[in-house]
Amino acid sequence: MPEGRRRGIHFSKLYSFACCRPKFEENHAQIGKRGYSRVVYCNDPKKHEEGQFKYSGNDVFTTKYTVYNFVPKALFEQFRRVANIYFLVVACVSFSPLAAYTAVSVLAPLLVVIGATMAKEGVEDWRRRKQDIKANNRKVKVYGGNHTFHETKWKKLRVGELVKVCKDEYFPTDLILLSSSYEDGICYVETMNLDGETNLKLKHSLEVTSHLCDEKSFQHFSAVIKCEDPNENLFSFVGTLYYDGKEYPLSLKNMLLRGSKLKNTEYIYGVVVFTGHDTKVMKNATDPPSKRSKIEKKMDKIIYLLFSGLILIAFVGSVFFGIETKKDTSGGRYRRWYLRPDNTTVFFDPKRALLSAFLHFLTALMLYGYLIPISLYVSIEIVKVLQSIFINQDQDMYYEEADRPAQARTSNLNEELGQVDTILSDKTGTLTCNSMEFVKCSIAGTAYGQGTTEVERALARRRGDAPPEASDVSSDVQGHDGDAVDSRKSIKGFNFRDERIMNGQWVNEPHSDIIQKFFRVLAICHTAVPEVNKGTGEISYEAESPDEAAFVIAAREIGFEFRERTQTIILLCELDYKTRKKVCRKYELLQVLEFSSSRKRMSVIVRNVENQLLLLCKGADSAMFGRLSKDGRLFESQTKKHIKKYAEAGLRIMVIAYRELGEEEYKSWEEEFQKAKTSVSADRDILVSALADKIERDLILLGATAIEDKLQKGVPECIEKLAQAGIKIWVLTGDKMETAVNIGYACSLLRQGMKQIVITLDSPDIDALEKQGDKDAIAQASFESIKKQISEGMHLIENESTNSAEESVEFGLIIDGKSLDHSLKEDLEKSFFNLAIICSSVICCRASPKQKALVTRLVKSETGKTTLSIGDGANDVGMLQEADIGVGISGVEGMQAVMASDFSIAQFRFLERLLLVHGHWCYRRISMMICYFFYKNIAFGFTLFWFEAYASFSGQPAYNDWYMSFFNVFFTSLPVIALGVFDQDVSARLCVKYPYLYIEGVQNLLFSWPRILGWMFNGVISSVIIFFFTTKSMINQAFRRDGQVVDFEVLGVTMYTCVVWAVNCQMALSINYFTWIQHLFIWGSIAFWYMFLVIYGSLPPNLSTTAYRVFTEACASSSLYWLVTLFVVVCSLLPFFSYRAFQTRFKPMYHDLIQIKKL
Amino acid sequence: MNTKGETSSGGAKDGALDSSSAAKKNSKKPKYSRFTQQELPACKPILTPGWVMTTFIAVGIIFIPIGFASLFASERVVEIVDRYDEDCVPPNYSYNKLAFIQSSATNKTCTKRLTVPKQMKSPIYIYYQLDNFYQNHRRYVKSRSDKQLRSRASEDETSDCKPEAVTKNNSAIVPCGLIAWSLFNDTYGFSVKNKVLEVSKKDIAWKSDQEHKFGSDVYPKNFQSGSLIGGAKLNASIPLSEQEDLIVWMRTAALPTFRKLYGKIETDLEANDEITVVIQNNYNTYSFGGKKRLVLSTTSWIGGKNDFLGVAYLTIGGLCLFMAISFILLYVIKPRPLGDPSYLSWNRGNVTESF
Repeated sequence: MPEGRRRGIHFSKLYSFACCRPKFEENHAQIGKRGYSRVVYCNDPKKHEEGQFKYSGNDVFTTKYTVYNFVPKALFEQFRRVANIYFLVVACVSFSPLAAYTAVSVLAPLLVVIGATMAKEGVEDWRRRKQDIKANNRKVKVYGGNHTFHETKWKKLRVGELVKVCKDEYFPTDLILLSSSYEDGICYVETMNLDGETNLKLKHSLEVTSHLCDEKSFQHFSAVIKCEDPNENLFSFVGTLYYDGKEYPLSLKNMLLRGSKLKNTEYIYGVVVFTGHDTKVMKNATDPPSKRSKIEKKMDKIIYLLFSGLILIAFVGSVFFGIETKKDTSGGRYRRWYLRPDNTTVFFDPKRALLSAFLHFLTALMLYGYLIPISLYVSIEIVKVLQSIFINQDQDMYYEEADRPAQARTSNLNEELGQVDTILSDKTGTLTCNSMEFVKCSIAGTAYGQGTTEVERALARRRGDAPPEASDVSSDVQGHDGDAVDSRKSIKGFNFRDERIMNGQWVNEPHSDIIQKFFRVLAICHTAVPEVNKGTGEISYEAESPDEAAFVIAAREIGFEFRERTQTIILLCELDYKTRKKVCRKYELLQVLEFSSSRKRMSVIVRNVENQLLLLCKGADSAMFGRLSKDGRLFESQTKKHIKKYAEAGLRIMVIAYRELGEEEYKSWEEEFQKAKTSVSADRDILVSALADKIERDLILLGATAIEDKLQKGVPECIEKLAQAGIKIWVLTGDKMETAVNIGYACSLLRQGMKQIVITLDSPDIDALEKQGDKDAIAQASFESIKKQISEGMHLIENESTNSAEESVEFGLIIDGKSLDHSLKEDLEKSFFNLAIICSSVICCRASPKQKALVTRLVKSETGKTTLSIGDGANDVGMLQEADIGVGISGVEGMQAVMASDFSIAQFRFLERLLLVHGHWCYRRISMMICYFFYKNIAFGFTLFWFEAYASFSGQPAYNDWYMSFFNVFFTSLPVIALGVFDQDVSARLCVKYPYLYIEGVQNLLFSWPRILGWMFNGVISSVIIFFFTTKSMINQAFRRDGQVVDFEVLGVTMYTCVVWAVNCQMALSINYFTWIQHLFIWGSIAFWYMFLVIYGSLPPNLSTTAYRVFTEACASSSLYWLVTLFVVVCSLLPFFSYRAFQTRFKPMYHDLIQIKKL
Repeated sequence: MNTKGETSSGGAKDGALDSSSAAKKNSKKPKYSRFTQQELPACKPILTPGWVMTTFIAVGIIFIPIGFASLFASERVVEIVDRYDEDCVPPNYSYNKLAFIQSSATNKTCTKRLTVPKQMKSPIYIYYQLDNFYQNHRRYVKSRSDKQLRSRASEDETSDCKPEAVTKNNSAIVPCGLIAWSLFNDTYGFSVKNKVLEVSKKDIAWKSDQEHKFGSDVYPKNFQSGSLIGGAKLNASIPLSEQEDLIVWMRTAALPTFRKLYGKIETDLEANDEITVVIQNNYNTYSFGGKKRLVLSTTSWIGGKNDFLGVAYLTIGGLCLFMAISFILLYVIKPRPLGDPSYLSWNRGNVTESF
């Protein structure tokens, strides 16, 4: 082997709590039974092909269609829409004599529309296919027939094959780890794509296989794995390895999952157990809940409304038709003899007038079908895709540092972005950077670290020390950021400045020995792994959490550099404060007592060069102060004071302590501890933590650290803008109440003059009850307490609102996790919610992921308004999927949140632009577009109806078939798409400058029923004007100098010309933004109508039928035709124009005001 | 939608796999163009009071002259309209007009005298105007065979023409269908001061119809030979392209009241001339209560007599001017300073709800 095996680090020992010998659990008894029937012949994949164990290959398809099923499946998808079914039925019926127009003219637009949608589906699927192909063709080394590893494509992997995966490569399938470059067969994997956690996970191989470390050793390797069937559970695996006649249990610890990545390990060998769609990650790839925007839901209602309108007018027509037809014969006399009622078909039979009327009803349903806009759905889809391209392309939402643009992951919800009423935000990583920075510490009762945190500045402002103007704040913050950059090369995770201890000056401090111990603890008490950059020699650290990394980095910067970690030794290079030289000291690592959320602390036991046994411990203040020895409390009061200050400044606190252990004491403890660790009983964990508890006592306090989770850039400004836009913001965080409140101030969520309502269970009564441990009593008391607090809050608000009728006082509600639990129960839900919606900001602290989702659901269902969740971590996924819109921050915490989101942005501050600019625009565009769609189809459809009234409702359309079928597809489609894609009422700059504009979307003013019905009414008026004015001014007398009169065709062309002009000019009137595109589309559509008339009219008469030379011969040379067009078009636009003129002037909407102001 | 869901779950996974390797080399920064950043140069028309007033006034200023022009044109047209369906029924039949018109024994000739109110310059167009006649009825409109009319070869294409498609012995009727069958058959003879006025029947149909839609090799055949006679008969020796009456009739009217060109008088008529019209009142409009009128009219550039358009133009023009004035008045009475910041505060509770 080219790479020598790395010797040494037996991390399996280091992770002491995690280390337990794999033992057969209950589940292993299931092997071979139902659900656990998979058999894998390792190193012998051919065997699977022979026997009954045929497994699928490793190629993965995420496409929706295949080449063969594309047409039927895509068609089926299309006809799930009511409107499309209607049009399909119409097209089918149009082949029967019922049809009012020729079948082809009905089919053509339907085909165009369906074709366009299918093409879109096809293109999307093609993209997915390309991605699949790329993934399937990735290379991996596989063990082949000639006993060497050779490269092959991912898709060719088969179950049972042996593969070699190198550092930083992704695992191609689910593998069982056989051995690795480490002697003890461990490896590290990064599972960011699976669970979103950035820390590395440790995987073990079975001891029996860990020696298989080169090609030769695999020559005779043969084993059988029996395991569970493919399933979607990422956190369990049950299997048995049969090797050398023995059975060994396999668990998730031995498994490497597809989608995760090998880290910090040169290479591993593994055997393929699940391939392709059987892998756990693919089993997990379920569709996220599909979301539809409110506007689309409302649009369905409008479609139904139009359908009822259609049925109504068809019915009215049929009644009149029936009466007229009935009258055609009376007592052997035929009224309209020229229709030959004596010898007629069933459709016009006066003797069977009722049946004729019914059949006519069907005809009329087809005839007035133009009321239903056939191209609406496809236009909206095209528009939304283009809109999301604009979102993706927006440079102002591109984050330079992470090289991430904003991404609209679904185009369904663009317009929903313009209607957000409540934002539910995660804190860590969303409002803050989630990059922990060491800023302060308190050592031996002295506070070090001079910088001020943003929270502190916000608090200072709150007290009125600084001018509270928003502009000053932003410049202040920027100035501060500038400082940090200027002062020196900034180190990630370290923002500490204090001359007293930096640059080795700490030796001159009064308690320099304590300072030394303090930083030694920071440098030793952790589980981080150093990684030396070979090129530069710089050391970086892989740590479980960013907090931990910050400690190690801080220690390094002060002068205690953590160099190397081996199985038993930690190497520290530190400044000796006597000799003032850098010396390397070895610490023998004896035990690691891991961090857990219940213990809230971690310790290591080491032996230093002086042969002292030391227990170094760091932990949360609540867990630590109780464990100090009597002599160790020297600085307790000072430190506590500092801690309080730090907490107020929004910092995360860790208390640092240590103790010396006696040899004897340690020895007896270690014995017990080893026994506990290897015990097989169920309460092993309890035993272990009890023993840890036993040794972590009588500690000596050294000090405390304070770590800042910095606010992201621009967060306060963004929140302020969003608040001005009338959006309510809830912060749901797992942090402590003090931290959350302070962050709230820092990001101007809580503002000066805001009244705080705090709901908490941290009261002495509850504490007392908790000590007694009576659960029912606690629940009862908590319930009562919260009920009381909620009603008190309501009283407060009522009082305030009555007292100060003039000024509106804003309220902020702060509630902690435990109280939230009770508040979300049925009895209190309502009253809690009533309180919460009055408050302009709500902060829920100590909230679990489940609570986050619950709160989201509560807000969504109770307000019925649009909610937006924003978060970055795996713990926010529930919340993101629950909300109407989920926005993922593509930040440090992996891709999980992004993958569950509908939109992803890199920074919280981009939310401002996403909502106020893109949201507002998209909302406005889509709602205008839908309104206009209905307008144009009603304006057109109703002219048909009015004409019918003058044709005894016989079902004769007023226009040539092809004029009609081209109406939606060619003469009016492009301008409306341009409206949907490009229109801007006000520019992006003004959208941001006047956030109040956003209210139009929140209150849904642009898509309210009055407005929709208004547009429809406008359509009816237009149709009336077009029909009656045209007929009145053209009919009967000659329309040209040569005495010709207007016939059926000329009237049709004139009316149609008026319709095309009117709807396109109406568009020109309604939009606010004319680029060359709009000009081209609008005037081009009108020009296209004339071109169409000329071209279609010049085709031979057997093709052009009634349209033959109508324009060139009859209309173009008639001045009356042009005069009527001008007159009718102007008349049909006047009502809308006058309305708009007076409305903008005397009852302006907000965008009108801004437009006028900015003129 | 499902589509999207799968895109994202599948796509993103692979996207994530790719990103680490592909990143850094080529930045994902969106390329700048005015198009993608939605900053294309654009004009943003805004309804300011100035624009509103200008538009109203402009419409008024354009419309009023057009209105006057068309009114004058319409005034110049001399039109004589005479209803004859009642007068041309002898008094003894006035309670049973249907019997009169359906009987072949009755004398349908009828004489009417019309006075020319003003001088009428030639050409004077003669129209007949029918009323309550649904030429736009779907059954009627469809009942024709364009192929048959166009060429002799497709003589038998009569499928749309039922029940006037074929004779009893199954030979095709040319021209077939209800439209041709119900051809108008009243005739008019004109004389002034006992001098017969020539009625020209040439060039009363559309040129394109004559040349391309009605074949010069198609001759009437079996026409009006059934038991029920609809309207006029055709001279079987003249090809359809020359049968201009038929061509005019077959260009169906849009509305139930319509005029059709009957012919032209190529001589001028002086004011107070008395025209004697001899009408053969053959066509049955009595069964459906349709009126029949004879119309003599000159034309101008606007066509026939058409007061509506002129009046409409004037009305709308006037209305626009009125709107402009009232807008100015409202503007003066209730001025609102532009860009009043108080309107831009977000504390304003009510936002107008309107469209």
